[in-house]
Amino acid sequence: MWRRILTLIAKELAQLLSSRRNVAMLMMPLLVQLVVFPFATTLEVRNAAVAILNEDPGAEAVELVNRIAAASAFGTLHPVHSEAELEQAIDAQKALLGLRIPPDFSRKLLEGTPVTVQALIDGRKSNAAQIAFSYIRDITSTFADERAGQVLPARIERRNLYNPNLDYKWFVLPSLVAIISTIGCLLVTALSLAREREEGTYDQLLVTPLTPGYIMVGKAVPGILVAMTQASVIAAAAVFLYGVPFTGQLWMLLLAMFAYALALSGVGLLISAISASQQQAFLGVFCFMVPSVVLSGYLAPVENMPAALQLLSAVNPLTHFIALSKGIFLKGFGLAEVVPAVSALFAIAAVTLFVAHRVFDRQARS
Amino acid sequence: MTRTLHEGFSLRRLRALCIKETKQILRDPSSLLIAVVLPVVLLFIFGFGISLDTNRLSLGIVLEDQGAEAQRFAAVAAGSPYIHLRFARTRAELATPMAEGALRGLIVIPQDFGARLAAGDGSARIQVLTDGSEPNTANFVASYAQGLFESWLHARADARGVSADPPVSLEPRYWFNPSTESRNFLIPGSIAVVMTIIGALLTSLVVAREWERGTMEALLATPVRRGELLLSKALPYYGLGLIAMAVCVVIAVVLMHVPLRGSIAMLFVATSLFLGSALGLGLLLSTLTRNQFNAALAALNAAFLPAVMLSGLIFEISSMPAFVQAVTLIVPARYFVTVMQTLFQAGDIAAILLPNLLFLLVSALFWLGLTARRTRMRLDG
Amino acid sequence: MAAGLAVSIRGLTHRYAGQGAEEHALDDVALSIDRGVITGLAGPDGAGKTTLMRLMAGLLKPVSGEIEVLGLDPLRAASELHLRVGYMPQKFGLYEDLTVMENLVLYADLRGVTGAARQAQFERLLDFTDLHRFTGRLAGKLSGGMKQKLGLACTLVGQPELLLLDEPGVGVDPISRRELWRMVQALAAEGMAVVWATAYLEEAERCDALCLMNAGRVIFAGPPGEQIARMRGRSVLACDIRGNRRHFLRRALGLPGVIDGVIQGDAVRLVLAEGQAPPMAELGEDAPRIVPVEPRLEDAFIDLVGGGPDGRSALAGTLAEVALPAHIDPEAVIRAHDLTRRFGDFVATDHVSFSVRRGEIFGLLGPNGAGKSTTFRMMCGLLAPTSGEAQVMGIDLKHSAPAARQKLGYMAQKFSLYGNLGVERNLRFFAGIYGLSGRSRDRKVAQMLESFELDHYRGTQAAELPLGFKQRLSLACALMHEPPLLFLDEPTSGVDPVTRREFWSHINALVDRGVTVMVTTHFMDEAEYCDRIGLVYRGRLIAVGPPDDLKRQVADAALPDPTFEDAFIRLIERDDAARAAAGGAP
Repeated sequence: MWRRILTLIAKELAQLLSSRRNVAMLMMPLLVQLVVFPFATTLEVRNAAVAILNEDPGAEAVELVNRIAAASAFGTLHPVHSEAELEQAIDAQKALLGLRIPPDFSRKLLEGTPVTVQALIDGRKSNAAQIAFSYIRDITSTFADERAGQVLPARIERRNLYNPNLDYKWFVLPSLVAIISTIGCLLVTALSLAREREEGTYDQLLVTPLTPGYIMVGKAVPGILVAMTQASVIAAAAVFLYGVPFTGQLWMLLLAMFAYALALSGVGLLISAISASQQQAFLGVFCFMVPSVVLSGYLAPVENMPAALQLLSAVNPLTHFIALSKGIFLKGFGLAEVVPAVSALFAIAAVTLFVAHRVFDRQARS
Repeated sequence: MTRTLHEGFSLRRLRALCIKETKQILRDPSSLLIAVVLPVVLLFIFGFGISLDTNRLSLGIVLEDQGAEAQRFAAVAAGSPYIHLRFARTRAELATPMAEGALRGLIVIPQDFGARLAAGDGSARIQVLTDGSEPNTANFVASYAQGLFESWLHARADARGVSADPPVSLEPRYWFNPSTESRNFLIPGSIAVVMTIIGALLTSLVVAREWERGTMEALLATPVRRGELLLSKALPYYGLGLIAMAVCVVIAVVLMHVPLRGSIAMLFVATSLFLGSALGLGLLLSTLTRNQFNAALAALNAAFLPAVMLSGLIFEISSMPAFVQAVTLIVPARYFVTVMQTLFQAGDIAAILLPNLLFLLVSALFWLGLTARRTRMRLDG
Repeated sequence: MAAGLAVSIRGLTHRYAGQGAEEHALDDVALSIDRGVITGLAGPDGAGKTTLMRLMAGLLKPVSGEIEVLGLDPLRAASELHLRVGYMPQKFGLYEDLTVMENLVLYADLRGVTGAARQAQFERLLDFTDLHRFTGRLAGKLSGGMKQKLGLACTLVGQPELLLLDEPGVGVDPISRRELWRMVQALAAEGMAVVWATAYLEEAERCDALCLMNAGRVIFAGPPGEQIARMRGRSVLACDIRGNRRHFLRRALGLPGVIDGVIQGDAVRLVLAEGQAPPMAELGEDAPRIVPVEPRLEDAFIDLVGGGPDGRSALAGTLAEVALPAHIDPEAVIRAHDLTRRFGDFVATDHVSFSVRRGEIFGLLGPNGAGKSTTFRMMCGLLAPTSGEAQVMGIDLKHSAPAARQKLGYMAQKFSLYGNLGVERNLRFFAGIYGLSGRSRDRKVAQMLESFELDHYRGTQAAELPLGFKQRLSLACALMHEPPLLFLDEPTSGVDPVTRREFWSHINALVDRGVTVMVTTHFMDEAEYCDRIGLVYRGRLIAVGPPDDLKRQVADAALPDPTFEDAFIRLIERDDAARAAAGGAP
């Protein structure tokens, strides 16, 4: 029987690669996303605009402003001349943040009297603005400590594990390995069966000795191959083009990819089992994919979500695969860390494949 | 019967086609799914699933030193809201949860902390170890630790009866969204994504579907005009978009308590202009491919992903490199996201709205115009 | 409306984008179409019928030549043209998610038919098409015949002066086809110009005027009678055949004086080359009676294209005799027993029993929606019966489906191979899933390429093949594993006579080797090839027997020599009558 399955798989791959357009459809989005995403999907703050209302002509205030201007997080500084102008700059989104340095800033600083600088934060973009605010706070406190000559009894010493310089690309690329291969695998598994149904070739298969189970295997394997190929391309690009460190074992990454692709192909087959047409299958893929990305912990930490969504996140294969991918790339994951997550993926695969098989079998028998 | 009816644009034909299209929308479960269920689900998921406020993190506190100051630090930390803390004596105990991401950072009070503090030479250190694999979270952890540190300094100074006010303090004042809930800016932005789905993804399927089912050929053999055909595809989905917008606004304001400070009229104008671009793009892809699957795939890549990734909804445009910023200039969702965030949180601020609306207008005219140009009333070409 | 010229075409040439300068969809076509008559536009697949229709409807821009429709230039005066011309494309152009009435209203609005005029027209069209009872039903839920009638009704809204129908008879049962014909005849009688495109010459034969096309050219234009008259004396029927009539046909086709031949029930119908007398010397021994019969348009067409296929199948030499295991009853290699299938309250197949013996061609016929497809699908294992048994080669399909499926070949009604894969790849694929591998697979694929003359196309994508070659490829794929049973679902739907004959010569060769064939069809000449016919109506098997027996059952004084179509229609009318007499609802 395995020969027959091999035949099915070979056919599926031949169809996928049958025309340049098909290959382009599989690879083009991959390449574009590979070029644009690592740069676009950053929560870093760079070149942010700051509006400054400096009411103090003193040297200390000028120095503080210069230091802010020199930081890479901040681009243009807009000098403004009144409180109203400061507010307007935020209103019109000319600046993310506004600073108001009081007239007695230099004097009080030299006297050693505590002085307050007001920071106006654009709440519409509270994430970026808060990050910018914390940068400015760091700059001012370092500056003030130096000037005041005050010695703090202790200091904070910060170290970023796994990614010392907090390079965003180190975070994005291992996650992209997971996200981009999701689209390819789901489209291949969910849509190809729907297409066979639409074109009548599914009936043609059902009158052969192949059972729905074998047909599913024949569809799942190409999906897995596509996902693993795409994931490998991105992983290679991550290491060789973007210089992301690879601290774990390659075989573990491949195992994780396989487990994830298996779980996904179960989802894809399930979608195709309940879709009557390619259009419905496409919508099904869409309805699965968007929540899956949002709830994967890629955009925001899972623990911030309400309990119900955390539960969804736990059964979301992408959550586990992103954790694995990041762990194997950056954290030097060993077996102790890989086994539980991979097991979770296999468990998800078992459930989705089982349900998909049940649905197919029932349809074939009706 | 008069035979002069074929001259010019006919409202009757347009109305008939619109009614047909509307009935098809209402009878197709998948378009209702996209238009009503998906927006609700997406809004909830964006609203609750993406919280950038990072206020429920788990941190580990390692007290290698058990002295009084270390205990004071632990007490300060234990008294702070939101954060879940796990205490330990050694780093090794927390290494695995840290690697697995169950803990987002460790605050370590080293063994010699008490001794160095007593020496008074400023050499005492509190180590903060963050999980750099998630830079955003790492930054929050660091600034949280900074806050704990300052509270500890205060507590220590209070105990000694001295002032611990820093020489310069930065006083934050939130302009809009004072509670700094990320939901308040994510939800208005997510509405732009929902509108993209209805405008571009759903309409990308409709003309292609007529070609695939062979009804386009029958339609072209009637006296229908190009303008009528296009409008009959655009208007019902425009209506659907407005309904979805109303649904979204109600959910946002009533259920999720996102304030709406701008006027409904402005919201209507902005939505209309944005839907113009999205519908134009969707219809164009549909007309060009004449194939549902390719049209939908193209719409996914050309409309949906840019609306999420390049619109400034989640990722700050000014932080992107110049070439990506240049790309965002032609993404209509970028302008719409700005307009929506402003309308919800700030109100009708002309200085922001006018230039953005102007761009949306240009974009709508461009896409609709291109669609009109590329629509042929024959089978060839 | 006065009679006169509706369409005039001169020197019309068309080429699609992607076709080379030497290739033509239409090549220098000249044609006139009159008002008040039905003009048949006949020819095989790829002849250019649809292209010509689209050009007349103003949907394509011709490469060169003149075309005038109702005195208008179809492109420049498109909107006026579209008010006065009704065009029904192949898929009928209906919105399946709108109801019958909503479809009508849409087309009425588009053509500017409003108010009282609309009411009157709707009333008339619904009467005409007998769709009054179904106005609230979704078009997608109508049977094939009703869809086609609704398509016609939508096309007729606005009372067009010219009606263009593109293959309206495909996939529709004989009863519906007959009704459609009557409607269109009535319209022509009122003065409408009607163009009826078809691949079936028996449809074209009934038209008042004929335009025969082949490979983009018009090969004949004139009254069909002219062509038929030309063939007088050349069409003969060989009756009382001794021995196997399939063998007889093959032998006859091998004679130089015979250009065409088909099986017609127990007899064989032959067309002789010009000036030939019936070849009694060669055939007389097996067919003592060879009598002249009325020629048909099909005979003339075959003559025009230089004769039909020679009835030989390259397949014959490659096939082994089907050996039946001893435990299988050769009288029942396919067996249905009390087969029943319900969909909710609806009984699609109602206690159907029959058996098919080895080497027999068994035809399942019936109107659209009568349960013929449901029965067929149960017999090849695509649908599970609600109760009763479906057995092939002694294996119950319910219990060991994969084992049973290895025994059967299946050819679907719609072309259902992988269109984006090459011919050879498709063959290799099916060889593989039937368990062939290595050298035996290579050998089988090579053999199929040769037997079906597909060598030239081995790398061509299946979707790009001409219709006849698609047909061959489908059959080749279904025969990969040399199945003892072959299931054919409307195998030659929409196919021209030459291709159909070729197809049946392969089937005949298979049957000779002991392959058992079960076939569904809407076409009566295909039914004539069958050894026995099962007629399905309202889910029940209302008649079973050889085609000639069924014809005899309905023969009476008024109709002493009924065609098979007559038999079909009368048997169904009788069943309706019997039901009404028994007090059942009609």
